[in-house]
Amino acid sequence: MTGTITEAALDTTVADGDGFLGTIPAGGTFRIVDLHGNQAVDTLFYDAADLDNRYSAMDTVREQGSAYLTAGSRLLSVNLDVLATITEDTCGRHDTLGGACAQESNVVRYGEHTRHQHACRETFLRYGAQVGIGARQLGHNINFFMNVPLTAEGGLTFEDGLSAPGKYVEVRAERDLYVLISNCPQLNNPCNGWNPTPVRLLGWW
Amino acid sequence: MSEVLLSHEIPGGAAWSVLVRGGRELKLTATGEGANCSTLLFAAHHPVDRLNVPDTLKAQMSARIHAPMVLMSDRGTALCSVTGSSLDWHDALSGHSVDVAKYGPSSYSADRNAWRRSARDGFLSELRKHGRGPADLHACVNFFSKVAISGDGLLTFAPGHASAGDWVTLRAEMDVLVVLSTSPHPLDPQWNPGGVLAEVRPAPEPGEDDPSWTFRDESARALRAARGVLA
Ligand SMILES: [Zn+2]
Repeated sequence: MTGTITEAALDTTVADGDGFLGTIPAGGTFRIVDLHGNQAVDTLFYDAADLDNRYSAMDTVREQGSAYLTAGSRLLSVNLDVLATITEDTCGRHDTLGGACAQESNVVRYGEHTRHQHACRETFLRYGAQVGIGARQLGHNINFFMNVPLTAEGGLTFEDGLSAPGKYVEVRAERDLYVLISNCPQLNNPCNGWNPTPVRLLGWW
Repeated sequence: MSEVLLSHEIPGGAAWSVLVRGGRELKLTATGEGANCSTLLFAAHHPVDRLNVPDTLKAQMSARIHAPMVLMSDRGTALCSVTGSSLDWHDALSGHSVDVAKYGPSSYSADRNAWRRSARDGFLSELRKHGRGPADLHACVNFFSKVAISGDGLLTFAPGHASAGDWVTLRAEMDVLVVLSTSPHPLDPQWNPGGVLAEVRPAPEPGEDDPSWTFRDESARALRAARGVLA
């Protein structure tokens, strides 16, 4: 616990299927609370001084030799700068290899009838536009609270989350950051427990 | 085997890019030990549409690239199908090399054309020739490399995965820009890059029983989307 809720510089709730764009100053602590459990929170971080210096899932995974994120994980940029560090994690495991849902990938995965369902990529583009984050600037995100197990045979599956109501993850910004969130509206796989729910964002700085 | 339209040998530690017309096949063959071919793919007609590794993996329930998987773009289209390979595991979890300082100091001045450059340097050099830049860097496939996965998600580089003569064939499902780097895999402890022979030839028209079309419903939908792009 970094501070009391009443001292928080940021305290907002993101509705299911909605998004958020904000800034976190260097040294600030940012917490995402899974209010109802089993909610996938698709999250991107950008160096506020250079949008090209954005979060990189593959560099983060490779440099730490682990496919999953948890407390102690450093969130690296494409330039191998540490953008943020996960300082607390009451859930235990977060995915960063699964990427975000999109209208187009929904069609691939579930069929043409999902073409006009709401998806994370649309939320990223809508909120990111405020600071010039477009399709070209969208890297592969973190899926906080999402469980995507890999196997030694090279398999990949989606499973019911490990999260539960009130579980949270906290990161410390190592430089001035933009955080871009899509609170996933996905209804076609178990990442949201088939029922997207709101999350709470808290920040101390 | 049909006529080779283009043949180019990329030495180890170098970068190259090539436009491959839809319906043609790009064959990559390792010409030496230690080969790794970090590969980016873009739809040639579209400034943003590019290989999306997470979408490719999750749609086909695989953490490795193997035949007959389809390599999918941000916009849910098949860019290429992996039509064959002598190896059943190509890495796509590790990204490309950014910093090669661990191999020791190197410069053109000291080493001439054997100087050590990262895949990042090669990618950016090639991307800029096509009017693209750092924002276009995305996750790549590292052909000829394997990073083993343990039960708890730990990743370990598998040395010596590929030998000279190992190969992979990609059928372009639309006109694609292929950007290649033969710098070593970012987890390779040694700087011993093998070369890669790239050959382009016409690919047979996929039939009803084409393995990429029949692999999974998801693969077929991405292939159908590719056909729809320029319909
Ligand atoms: Zn989503």
